Amino acid sequence: MKTFFVVLGASIAFFLTVAMFGTSGWERPPLTTTQNGFRGTGMDQVHTRAEVAEKKDANVAPAPADPAEEGGELAGQTYENVKVLSGLTTNEFNRLMVSMTEWVSPEQGCTYCHNTENMADDSLYQKRVARRMLQMTQHINSDWKANHVGGAGVTCYTCHRGQPVPANIWFTNPGPNRPGGFVSRNNGQNMAAPSVGLASLPYDTLTEYLADKSIDNNAIRVNATTALPTTKGKPIQDAEKTYGLMIHMSEGLGVNCTFCHNTRAISNWQQSTPQRTTAWHGIRMVRDLNGNFMEPLTSTFPRNRLGVLGDVPKVNCTTCHNGQSKPLNGAHVVDAYPELTKVTVADVVKTPAPDAPPAETPAVPATPPTAPAAPQP
Amino acid sequence: MAMLSFERKYRVRGGTLVGGDLFDFWVGPFYVGFFGVTTLFFSVLGTALIIYGAALGPTWNIWQINIAPPDLKYGLALAPLKEGGLWQIITFCAVGAFSSWALREVEICRKLGIGYHVPFAFSVAILAYVSLVVVRPFLMGAWGHGFPYGILSHLDWVSNTGYQYLHFHYNPAHMLAVSFFFTTTLALSLHGALILSSTNPGKGEVVKTPEHEDTFFRDTIGYSIGTLGIHRLGLFLALSAGFWSAVCIVISGPFWTRGWPEWWGWWLNLPVWR
Repeated sequence: MKTFFVVLGASIAFFLTVAMFGTSGWERPPLTTTQNGFRGTGMDQVHTRAEVAEKKDANVAPAPADPAEEGGELAGQTYENVKVLSGLTTNEFNRLMVSMTEWVSPEQGCTYCHNTENMADDSLYQKRVARRMLQMTQHINSDWKANHVGGAGVTCYTCHRGQPVPANIWFTNPGPNRPGGFVSRNNGQNMAAPSVGLASLPYDTLTEYLADKSIDNNAIRVNATTALPTTKGKPIQDAEKTYGLMIHMSEGLGVNCTFCHNTRAISNWQQSTPQRTTAWHGIRMVRDLNGNFMEPLTSTFPRNRLGVLGDVPKVNCTTCHNGQSKPLNGAHVVDAYPELTKVTVADVVKTPAPDAPPAETPAVPATPPTAPAAPQP
Repeated sequence: MAMLSFERKYRVRGGTLVGGDLFDFWVGPFYVGFFGVTTLFFSVLGTALIIYGAALGPTWNIWQINIAPPDLKYGLALAPLKEGGLWQIITFCAVGAFSSWALREVEICRKLGIGYHVPFAFSVAILAYVSLVVVRPFLMGAWGHGFPYGILSHLDWVSNTGYQYLHFHYNPAHMLAVSFFFTTTLALSLHGALILSSTNPGKGEVVKTPEHEDTFFRDTIGYSIGTLGIHRLGLFLALSAGFWSAVCIVISGPFWTRGWPEWWGWWLNLPVWR
């Protein structure tokens, strides 16, 4: 009996060791490391050279279409039912339509959105969604240019990458369905979810932090702003949710915590890198896009495009970034498509301009700090 | 300097590794030897350079003095003195001084005819240090990955380097190292408490023997490892803690660049329950 257990134990240990060394995806030098803090602070990005090359190849921006011939009639006059791009010339309009097909539905072609019998027909939901997405792209490239996307801008390809449904969308995760039994509650955590990098952290932090456009601006902040406690403060579960969101951002951008933070004082803007400001606005941008563009499309999408709770597919950092700190290797993708850089039709749903950062959040972290905000009750 | 009564018989000639009889002498109670000389050289030079580095820096506040390694752009080359070159020389001096001290311990062991337990144990501590400032920076391709010399600055480095891997507590070797560190302190506290209580009996009682000590632990936790065994166990626990610390930092970066929680994917993907 003893021999049996010795052999059993030894075999289990052997197989676990083999699995650990063989299947966990160990990496090896040479590495590519970049420094984003003072020397010796350990604020560095660490990647293998192979991974960097692989990512660079996997994120090449498509070559822009040849410029449209100048002149000609406006698309709004040539075609019926043109609502967003009616100010373009017919040539520009057709060029953009061809590019959109390449970006979004290269295999399905025009018929993915259009009824070829009558191109003006709005019966396909894809066309109605695409129209709204065009407005969203214009909104991102104009209203979020200064604070987040910069001159690089976005096109449909930034998220879609040649697929009708972008690879990195997300839905609210209701967790396992366990109405009772031995472990009837899991407090929304301990699922080793990919959304939190397989950590035990709460797996559905995105719904609260990225889908709610009217959330309190200080919801993510859990660090105290005073040396001594003045209120009860936030519970540790809030810190874990924030940690989960931060892991999502790291994974989505292919960077580690020190890309934005000097972790000796994570909440301190003065010690953070400039990238943290961009990321701060990015969080607001994602809330804006989810709340003002995706959410209103809930009834437009068919049921099979919605999540298990009937929620609309949503955007997070990974949707555009796809594992890179600058999507598509930082290519300035809108340069060749100026029609995507300005809002051409005033929005029905009034989208608020990106809200100004709160008082304790200087737009440029190098500026002297203002008085810390009063702690949130 | 006065000598203790038993000290004379431990002053044995020979057993040196290098230098023959040349440095085989004592200064007061201290054995010198070739490695005593090199220890002195490296430690005096290294300390002087640290003070020079502090003098170049913005503060004499002992907590804030910081001698930082070079920028990553210098790779594995030498950096200008005031931009990390000092760190490189100080690191060289530190490795030289620590190794010299270990080798001096070896010579003393040879003189006394005892085992090499002490130099071996110290070597594990040196291994941990060398892993941090030589092996890992070398594998990562830049001396700038070493930790800075400063009381607070090295802690900042530890924090940021941990967060480079998103959640360092998921590092399996870090888990082992932490467990060994806690276990070694637990074992030391149990052992220390036992020795102190058995050698400091209450009024009218006698000093307790090892049999009494064994009985105490057999009664309380069902097992006593014994008087010799506890020292073997203590050595094993302490050295394991240092060893796995070295492993946990050497694998972070050179052999794993992502978040440590992700590493556990192999467990989630075991064919048993995937």
